[in-house]
Amino acid sequence: MSSQFKYWEPYIGPFDPCKPIRVKSYSTPPQLYMNFQPAGLKQFTPKQALMHGTLWPQLYSPYPDPKKGGTKHA
Amino acid sequence: MFYYEKKLQYPVRVSTCNPMLAKFLIEQYGGADGELAAALRYMNQRYSIPDKVIGLLNDIAMEEFSHLEMIATMIYKLTKDATPEMMKAAGLGDHYSVHDNALFYHNSSGVPWTAAYIQAKGDPIADLYEDIAAEEKARATYQWIIDLSDDPDLNDGLKFLREREIIHSLRFREAVEILKEEQGKKKFY
Amino acid sequence: MPKQMPPEYYQCLEELQAIDFVLVELSLYLNTHQNDLDAIRQFNETAKKSMQLKVEFEKKFGPLMNFGRSYSGHPWNVDDTPWPWQV
Repeated sequence: MSSQFKYWEPYIGPFDPCKPIRVKSYSTPPQLYMNFQPAGLKQFTPKQALMHGTLWPQLYSPYPDPKKGGTKHA
Repeated sequence: MFYYEKKLQYPVRVSTCNPMLAKFLIEQYGGADGELAAALRYMNQRYSIPDKVIGLLNDIAMEEFSHLEMIATMIYKLTKDATPEMMKAAGLGDHYSVHDNALFYHNSSGVPWTAAYIQAKGDPIADLYEDIAAEEKARATYQWIIDLSDDPDLNDGLKFLREREIIHSLRFREAVEILKEEQGKKKFY
Repeated sequence: MPKQMPPEYYQCLEELQAIDFVLVELSLYLNTHQNDLDAIRQFNETAKKSMQLKVEFEKKFGPLMNFGRSYSGHPWNVDDTPWPWQV
């Protein structure tokens, strides 16, 4: 499965007064990689599906980035 | 015609009385990339889109109305019985002076909803590309509201709505694939 | 003290929301996958399950739908509180 977040390091100028965010991230959810959903994908149970917002685990996209401890910025 | 079903699509909860979160959320009620814009956009495009994808636009329009009702429920619960002082402290003094605690179709900055937010070009590819973009913009808006919110129950509902944007985006992408398929050729998927 | 819904209401409602959510997902999917027979079978089975759950739900908590898609009690209870945004 493709990664759900991508990271990049923005240029940091010497005269930028806000504390710099050294690594920024953006979301790349699964629909970007699945041009056309194949048949027969594994499914959640109905209760799980409701809680995840989709019937198919492969299409589930977490937010915020779980790797970033729940915050958007690094 | 339409029938009403007396239930939300998803069990909406909020943790605290918090008019400031309601102010942010109202973007998804009456804002450019909000649920009202989405519902009305698809409801209107369905009349001129090719028959093969009318059903998809129709169903997604219906689901968007359910999301509009979820957003309204969140805003209603976050502001129900909030005092004028609480509304003012949350930056909703100008809202209160016109609307009391009523909901209204405007964005986070109080700009009223306008049909200029949506389009119907009659060209199916142009319309579906707008729809895909609208879903991605709504997804982004949900992300930024989740970032602003410290209410775990509210965020639970917002994560559900964000995921729905992803599914709708995929279905619109599939609709484009269906429309661009060479006629008489075997399907590749 | 105005009427409050019992915990059972919330459980039954969520069960219904879960089944009906599967129907929404399968509907959108089938709009772009019209020949997926397994998904169509699942859709029809889930639709049956949803109808059964709604009959049970309405027996306990009153009508879900307006304009005659649900039966009314006496007095008229199609417009009874609570509304979805109130619970």
